Amino acid sequence: MGPEDSERHRDMSEPGFFSEVVEWFADPLHWEGSFGVPSRLVEHLIMSGVSVLAASILALPVGMYIGHSRRLETLVVSVANLGRAIPSFGLIFLAVLVMGLGLDFPASLRPAALFALTLLAIPPILTNTYVGIQGVDPDTLEAARGMGLTEGQVLRGLELPLAAPLIMGGIRTAAVQVVATATLAAVIGGGGLGRFILDGFATGDDAQIFAGALLVALLAVLTEVSLGLLQRAVSPRTSPGRRREVPEPTPVAGPAA
Amino acid sequence: MGDTMISLRHVAKRFPGTRTPAVRDLSLDVDRGETVVLVGPSGCGKTTTMKMINRLIEPTSGTIEVDGTDVMAQDPVRLRRGMGYVIQSIGLMPHRTVAQNIATVPRLEGWDDARIDRRVRELAATLRLDEELLDRYPAELSGGQRQRVGVARALAVDPPVMLMDEPFAAVDPIVRAVLQDQFLDIQRRLRKTIVFVTHDIDEAIKMADRIAILNLGGVLEQHAPPEEILREPANAFVEEFVGAERGLKRLALIKVSEIDVDEGPVVSPEDDAEKARALIRDGGFGWVSVLEDGELLGWVDEAMLEGKARVSDATPRRFSAYVTAEDSLRQALDSIVTSRTNVAVVVTEGQRYRGILTLERVSREIVS
Repeated sequence: MGPEDSERHRDMSEPGFFSEVVEWFADPLHWEGSFGVPSRLVEHLIMSGVSVLAASILALPVGMYIGHSRRLETLVVSVANLGRAIPSFGLIFLAVLVMGLGLDFPASLRPAALFALTLLAIPPILTNTYVGIQGVDPDTLEAARGMGLTEGQVLRGLELPLAAPLIMGGIRTAAVQVVATATLAAVIGGGGLGRFILDGFATGDDAQIFAGALLVALLAVLTEVSLGLLQRAVSPRTSPGRRREVPEPTPVAGPAA
Repeated sequence: MGDTMISLRHVAKRFPGTRTPAVRDLSLDVDRGETVVLVGPSGCGKTTTMKMINRLIEPTSGTIEVDGTDVMAQDPVRLRRGMGYVIQSIGLMPHRTVAQNIATVPRLEGWDDARIDRRVRELAATLRLDEELLDRYPAELSGGQRQRVGVARALAVDPPVMLMDEPFAAVDPIVRAVLQDQFLDIQRRLRKTIVFVTHDIDEAIKMADRIAILNLGGVLEQHAPPEEILREPANAFVEEFVGAERGLKRLALIKVSEIDVDEGPVVSPEDDAEKARALIRDGGFGWVSVLEDGELLGWVDEAMLEGKARVSDATPRRFSAYVTAEDSLRQALDSIVTSRTNVAVVVTEGQRYRGILTLERVSREIVS
């Protein structure tokens, strides 16, 4: 930052910075209209939700198929590694180069942002679905087939319920990453909580930058916690009164943000 | 019997990418209501053979008929619903209770809840599973309980055929013996057609009506009742596989009631003590059994008859151990070698005396 900036900008270490942040949150203007916190929050949630949903629609059936049939297993590894290697920041700009800014679309549904976020969400969902399904005890499967369960009954009655905690864990990991990364949509003119940060930079309003970052962090934590509860809820019982241990999401699925 | 339920004709299985076939050319019949145990060293194709019957593995060539119908002409799902299937690890569904596990096939077959509930309770009673276990999950069961649930689940829709792959191998020897006895007892009532796979020749001898001994590549070395396999092993392979103690194993299969027992020295209480003393001296045992109207009172020796005029004046001592007609010769042998008199006394119900068994008499059965 240049010398002029340091006159205008106030640093977090300066006294009174936090009271400015509190003032920012207290200002009713920041809670109204399409530029207010509620609208930006909704945009952020829509953008993240649509991306995770799209990724689930693509990754769940593929993961189930590969886990059940044990075919094309290298595809999972490739996708997981690719997801880790490609930074989403670069991915968003690449998407803009290919599909343009898409300014005709609502601020929460810019195609470039959705594309990048969906690609970001696919690896953890795909990997966990595959790992969960192929991890079902082969003897349990053999006994089930030996009793005359069809392949569909094996998948629905056995593999999906037993893999549910891991699958949900993959969705949880994906959702938290997407919520955090959706902040970048503002860079290409999209909506969401990232706008507060970006606009704060543009106007030199450090309190707003901090407020925006705080909101994103809170939303990410809230996503983590609520999907964690959901994950617990879908875990099958294996003893009365106690649900199965909820496995942690597999670490292979964390791409660079 | 002679009424064939399962028939394998020139069955072969070659897994892709392997040089030698798992099963080369196997023909084998299993009669209705019979337990055939497939036994052999690992790699002999016994499990492969069993899995071809319910099409978990499909034969490369040859035909397998169950109840007169080629299995390859049937829908595998329908085929398997008509056969109970038990594997060593049982493979219970961990997220379903014991009752739900047992009810798996009935539910798929669309039974109503009341009928399922009745059947589950009935099977729990048959397998001696405590009803309070029905609401538990498999992870909370002991190994023996899990095996019982596995067998109950396989019996759920009362299929005529049972395929069992080392069903009792995962539990300790004591529990295994209990499960084997229990299953034999169930089978005596249900008369299922059973194909049973094991690597344990003793288990095969115990469970089988007929044993099929397989060599590498599914070569059938001998297919005969256990007693015949022990008495006349078809070749060196069978002889070696059956192992040492062949004679002892055979004795375990023969019941005392199946052989003639020696009468042994007996007197009645009314007899003169002098007659008893003569029998004690000549009988070579040093004692004589006292019978009253066929009922065994015990034994007396010369010391007990000292100064007595009649046998009834002495108080006979009871034998410390008996063998009943239903016991095996192996148990009789045990009684002989551990008794002080080196004789096993054979009684039937109500202490009716049948005779005695000596070491010489039992060893005649081993060599014959």
